[in-house]
Amino acid sequence: MRENKRVHQIIVTITLLYLFIPLAATFLYSLSTTWNKTILPEGLTLKWFSELFQDPRFIDALMRTIQLTVGTMVVSILIMVPAIFAITVYAPRFEKWLQTIVLFPYAMPGVVAAVGLLSIYSKSGLSMVLVLGGSYFVLILPFMYQGVRNSLRTVNAKTLVEAAELLGASRSTAFWKVIVPNITPGIIVSSLLSFSVLFGEFVLANILVGGNFETIQIYLYRRLRESGHLSSAIVVSYFLLLLVLSWIMVSLSRRGTLKLKKKEPTV
Amino acid sequence: MKKKTNGFLWLSATPFFVLIIGFLFLPFIAMITSSFRKTGETSFSIANYTEVFSNKFYLQAIGNSLLISFLASLIGILVAVFVAYSITKFSSKGQERLLLLANMTSNFAGVPLAFAYIVLLGTSGLFTILFNELNIGIFQGFNLYSWFGLVIIYIYFQIPLAIMLLYPIYLGIEKKWKEAATLLGASPMQFWMKIGIPFIMPGIAGTFSILFANAMGAYATAYALVGSNFNLLPIRIGALISGDIFAQPELGSALAVFLGVSMTVALLINEWLMRLVRRDLA
Repeated sequence: MRENKRVHQIIVTITLLYLFIPLAATFLYSLSTTWNKTILPEGLTLKWFSELFQDPRFIDALMRTIQLTVGTMVVSILIMVPAIFAITVYAPRFEKWLQTIVLFPYAMPGVVAAVGLLSIYSKSGLSMVLVLGGSYFVLILPFMYQGVRNSLRTVNAKTLVEAAELLGASRSTAFWKVIVPNITPGIIVSSLLSFSVLFGEFVLANILVGGNFETIQIYLYRRLRESGHLSSAIVVSYFLLLLVLSWIMVSLSRRGTLKLKKKEPTV
Repeated sequence: MKKKTNGFLWLSATPFFVLIIGFLFLPFIAMITSSFRKTGETSFSIANYTEVFSNKFYLQAIGNSLLISFLASLIGILVAVFVAYSITKFSSKGQERLLLLANMTSNFAGVPLAFAYIVLLGTSGLFTILFNELNIGIFQGFNLYSWFGLVIIYIYFQIPLAIMLLYPIYLGIEKKWKEAATLLGASPMQFWMKIGIPFIMPGIAGTFSILFANAMGAYATAYALVGSNFNLLPIRIGALISGDIFAQPELGSALAVFLGVSMTVALLINEWLMRLVRRDLA
């Protein structure tokens, strides 16, 4: 039996090594002075990171990405939470439709979505950055929907609302004072998940706005061939951000209020 | 009473549906109608589809995409079948941490991933140098910017995703089944052959179809590696709709419809298989 356990540990360790070697190599590369011909880097330095964070182009790209993703998230939360709440509680017969709609983005990878968006909006005069935001709203639809609906279900939204109304609360009071505080942790988790999806989005950004609105991913793409060290500093920073986000997500979803059910494949 | 409900419902649902229509339905319809229109004309025509299915170049792109997605998903799932099972043998805290790592690495895709592999296995990549110095033959002649290199990278992003999708399916195998089987005299081998594998099989097939769809739609990784040089379906679509001189959005639409349909089929297969698993669970 113990022997058996050893086997599982070995399998998992090898997998982890496999998954982390590319990251570790990038990390080491971002810290090395030159590393072209030798087995180990010739020296270690932090200059790539300091160069990166002093590059105004990088800072601009980062700000653009943050504006775009946070903007989309805020709009998405403000629009989706009331909509999903109203439909689940007051018009449950439409839920089935909603579930089908939110599956659409899964069947439409970025490049497919871009085809239709370009053909409608490229000559419409509407800012393509807004179009990109709209396409991001659709992209994170499944995650936001799952998160909000699961939270509504775990807190038993319908019963809560009925209780609140029996006690004399109006519909909007019931929603803002009773439902929203209860589902906030769930919303935060799905927002963080969506945020990491949007932060890593390249296809739509590249096709819809490209160089006109250089996001962090486009910046990285354009820098790839110029400076390997600088690019690895970007990749490392990006991954550290993902790490922090995942960690927050996990600890939030563990913290009591939101008892996620057994993780099911979401598709 | 009734009116008030409807008011709240309308107020909260309208902006939502406006966005859905504007950025999901209308583009979707536009893509389909444009795929049935010949460049520069407005009448209905299936010319784009006949072009796609008779042009060797596009057929090759479709074939390449199908092949690479199939290979990468197959290898990904073979690995994940073992790894996900091994993860269930860890303490619950350990399992949680391992899933966190899988979750994180599954986000590591596209441009950053392609870059990490360039650092590792590119022309002056770390492993490339290392293996050259050590004179290890297996990497002689290895070229990251080839189909083989692309498969390697695709496998990388499939494995963590496959682990995350398979792990909960293993949790469905209950301890008492194993105990009951052992009590009735079954060997571990017999347990897996008669109970375990039949139980997880639909889940494995379902996960495979998700992986397949995931790889079919992947664009950024290949694009970051060699630009538009790989003849893959998503890359072709991207080039057809965004190329300045050679843009042929109608043809791109037809290819995109084809890609969307094939992904939908893959996902529907998963949906159906998952229902099988869940019925067993219930």
